[in-house]
Amino acid sequence: MTLIPVPSTGVSPAVNGSGRTPAHPALDDATHRLLRERSLRVREHVLRTAAGGGSFVGAALSCVDLLVYLYTCFLRVDPADPDAPDRDYLFLSKGHAVPALYGVLAEIGLLAPQRLRRHLHTDDVIYWHPNPQVPGVEFYSGSLGHLLPVAVGVALDCRLAGNPNRVVVMVGDGELNEGSNWEALLVAAAYRLDNLTVVVDRNGFQANLPTEALIPLEPLEAKFRAFGCETARVSGHDFAALAFTFHRLPLRGGAPSVVIADTVRGRGVPSLEARADRWFVKAKPDEIESWLRELRQTNQIGER
Amino acid sequence: MSPPSYADALLQAAQSDPRVVVLTAENRAAIRSLPDVLGPRFVDVGIAEQALVGIAAGLALRGRVPVCHALAAFLTMRAFEFVRTDVGLPRLPVKLVGGVPGILSDGNGPTHQALEDVALMRGIPGMVVFCPADEEDLAIGLPHVLASPQPAYIRHNGLRPAVSHSPDFALGRAEVLCEGEDVAILAYGPLVAQAWEATQRLQAAGRSARLLNMRTLAPVDEDAIVAAALETKLLVTVEDHFLTGGLYSIVAEVLVRNQIMAPVLPIAFPDRWFRAGLLHEVLVHESLTGSQIAAAVLARLGSVSGDR
Repeated sequence: MTLIPVPSTGVSPAVNGSGRTPAHPALDDATHRLLRERSLRVREHVLRTAAGGGSFVGAALSCVDLLVYLYTCFLRVDPADPDAPDRDYLFLSKGHAVPALYGVLAEIGLLAPQRLRRHLHTDDVIYWHPNPQVPGVEFYSGSLGHLLPVAVGVALDCRLAGNPNRVVVMVGDGELNEGSNWEALLVAAAYRLDNLTVVVDRNGFQANLPTEALIPLEPLEAKFRAFGCETARVSGHDFAALAFTFHRLPLRGGAPSVVIADTVRGRGVPSLEARADRWFVKAKPDEIESWLRELRQTNQIGER
Repeated sequence: MSPPSYADALLQAAQSDPRVVVLTAENRAAIRSLPDVLGPRFVDVGIAEQALVGIAAGLALRGRVPVCHALAAFLTMRAFEFVRTDVGLPRLPVKLVGGVPGILSDGNGPTHQALEDVALMRGIPGMVVFCPADEEDLAIGLPHVLASPQPAYIRHNGLRPAVSHSPDFALGRAEVLCEGEDVAILAYGPLVAQAWEATQRLQAAGRSARLLNMRTLAPVDEDAIVAAALETKLLVTVEDHFLTGGLYSIVAEVLVRNQIMAPVLPIAFPDRWFRAGLLHEVLVHESLTGSQIAAAVLARLGSVSGDR
């Protein structure tokens, strides 16, 4: 199968003790530029879904860079054959972030971009939560705490069948309140599913409140480790750091990997960032235009 | 020759179909022989019904036919939304086997009494609901339920058969255990045996009784219900389930849909859980033995005959 352009150079095993993430040799300038351009365009798609009935803009913007990185550099997904049996799986468990996924699928050619203009129209299936009628979307989600168990089942079968597919499930941090995640992690660890990677979009917010103000999650790495997983903590907006982390998967043989990606809700548009009241956003066209200008001003490509 | 056990029937299905994977939420009573023979195709997730169903959905996404075991009360209620959303919505061929449903929870008490499982499961579009009369009936129907591309709920029943069952099985077709014109008893699950005894007593009392073992409640044998309503004087529904949402409700729906008025005597649990105890004692306490059912039917037949 043909793949999305993936950096082809070798992986540096270097671990840096200075606290700074080293620039990754696999992430050459062209790839880095591609990632930044794609992220910008995906954020534009996300902001436009705030028109009409609105969408979960804040929750979507926090995971744009993660999804762009995964679909550009990590996941073996062929846009010409998204159901190929040897593909890697991405399950978006924080389903309300689906505008980010729609945007990525549009940018990699799985979803016709004009369909995003039919957001919330009944003549299409582009709505507030993922459904597998959308090409590239693996499963229904939106009810929180569901796709980690489902991903465990998929990873279990890949293991059973002896297939090398990798299974990534992205969960929200607030979503970790749901007990089913922890049930599934116990099973994943018991069955030593190191083909499973959980990515936590750690934007620090539940729907309405900062996580630490409501149901504190920290120390989060310790919790996952106690459940038998190996963890890494990384900036979810730093492509070099993401490359460094994802090239190390599995983080430990025989254990599920958990990548806690620290992110910013609303990332990319300063007036929307880190605000409890910008989870769901419904906006008028001129507001959206103003956010788009803000986005482009603060994310000028080529200013690395 | 004794009929095959559930575990034998399931093993046979697993051996002839490599898609079959057996899962359990640490409930192994009915499948103790399987871990050794199925190896990695036997998966025990521990006491975690929600994860069980989600994991089964993931396996089914990859083309497997997962057969999941947990106690009926926890499988259908604790994990309900996972069944509805991860199995029902995408119509994945996950097969859910509920242990000790209905009256079979005997001494466990109300925490373990699944008396609304049929109502819940048949409320999910596309879900097959199979309620075998005993272990022989279960073994006869199992291959058909597993071969169906639809999700299914199986009300596990390991009781020894009181009657011999027809190997002729189809989803949505009731088994006629005896023909009759005065009364038609419609039953499913462990109470089929009691209903069978009731029909014998009714025949002895000079009444002609028809007995339908419904087998699947979704899809349901609508033709058999309509025929029973048109050809007999009284319909009797017998079930170890709440009055709401089970066979009595199904019969009501069928009769309304077909614009038929007919007298119906429901025998079920009306808005309460049953007194826990050994099965044979529970049957007596709850007036569910064959002779008690026959007496209730005779009393009602008297009033029905008097009305006409």
